[in-house]
Amino acid sequence: MARFASLVDSLGNTPLVGLPNLSPTPDVRLWAKLEDHNPTGSIKDRAAISMIEAAEKEGRLKSGDTILEPTSGNTGISLAMVARQRGYRLICVMPENTSVERRQLLEMYGAQIISSPAAGGSNQAVAVAKGLAAEHADWVMLYQYGNPANAEAHYTGTGPEILADLPSITHFVAGLGTTGTLMGVSRYLREKKPEVRVIAAEPRYGELVYGLRNIDEGFVPELYDPALLDSRFSVGPQDAVRRTRQLVEQEGIFAGISTGAILHAALGIADKEVAAGRKADIVFIVCDGGWKYLSTGAYAGTLEEATSALEGQLWA
Amino acid sequence: MAIEVRIPTILRTHTGGNKTVEGNGDTLAALVDDLDAKHPGLKNRLVTEEGKLHRFVNVYVNDEDVRFTGALDTQVKDGDSVTILPAVAGGC
Repeated sequence: MARFASLVDSLGNTPLVGLPNLSPTPDVRLWAKLEDHNPTGSIKDRAAISMIEAAEKEGRLKSGDTILEPTSGNTGISLAMVARQRGYRLICVMPENTSVERRQLLEMYGAQIISSPAAGGSNQAVAVAKGLAAEHADWVMLYQYGNPANAEAHYTGTGPEILADLPSITHFVAGLGTTGTLMGVSRYLREKKPEVRVIAAEPRYGELVYGLRNIDEGFVPELYDPALLDSRFSVGPQDAVRRTRQLVEQEGIFAGISTGAILHAALGIADKEVAAGRKADIVFIVCDGGWKYLSTGAYAGTLEEATSALEGQLWA
Repeated sequence: MAIEVRIPTILRTHTGGNKTVEGNGDTLAALVDDLDAKHPGLKNRLVTEEGKLHRFVNVYVNDEDVRFTGALDTQVKDGDSVTILPAVAGGC
């Protein structure tokens, strides 16, 4: 059934597609979960809709209320789409070094943007939002980094969808941001098929992004439980861009840059499985399409040019 | 040959401003001790009094987070690349 009462109702049940050209052997296969097929084109629709509906159910959110959220973009876009339809006002706190497309989309959906300094990255966006929430007791901060409804969306949605489509799954690879995707899917897989290995790919930004960060003021999302991961890789912009380009060139999948980082980790695991002579079905997440990142220069010119263009940007 | 260690901006006060330094050791703990001998104060920024990695410090050996490979007991060898980074909030 592909008919829905509204756009929001069409959430999830995204395609899982094989990668015949990038899979190393017929025994070690890569599968892409196309989360760009969600209502606003990213995996964050799952968390956003889940958090809003949980808050509505708890009576924390009523029509006319103001929602506040620290976001580097996708969550804000998802929230903005739902907020406009359900009569909420949305304020997003966003680092100023995020792509222009993300800002344009937020404005189009009627969200208000408060910029936080580039040098403080997402950590400071979180801090600014927490400060605003304290000043405005009537604003509702859904807080994707600590809201169980974020991970729950993946425990009840993404995880079951993947296992139903590919019961032979051996590895699950996703990006580590709020940690919601990894925590929710892993919790489901640990219950249903505990032998599946769960691997995080974490974007490693340029120096400028970490520059003024004081180590004592670091940030670990409240949702994060390392026991739900088997390994965690840091992927720099050069590898992320290279894999993003391979994905579109060899498989026709036009994805955002964070997906390239995830694919890089997935291919690393694939190589190890080939070397060990094992069979593997490796599922990785395509977080969003490439549209919102065209202005970053990631898709044009040489790899070196694209990588240096990302220096100082929050590209995932 | 030695182990190359990438130092985040915030810790370069200990390394005379150098972005990368070199050290030796069979484990991450030994490497950190070796680095601390050459760059005093560095260990204190990375490791707690209880001998664990600070909560907001992430250390990667060849891009893999050491918290999943034995933390400070992680084996290292010549030619490895170690990256130290502050923990940050992410998106996607």
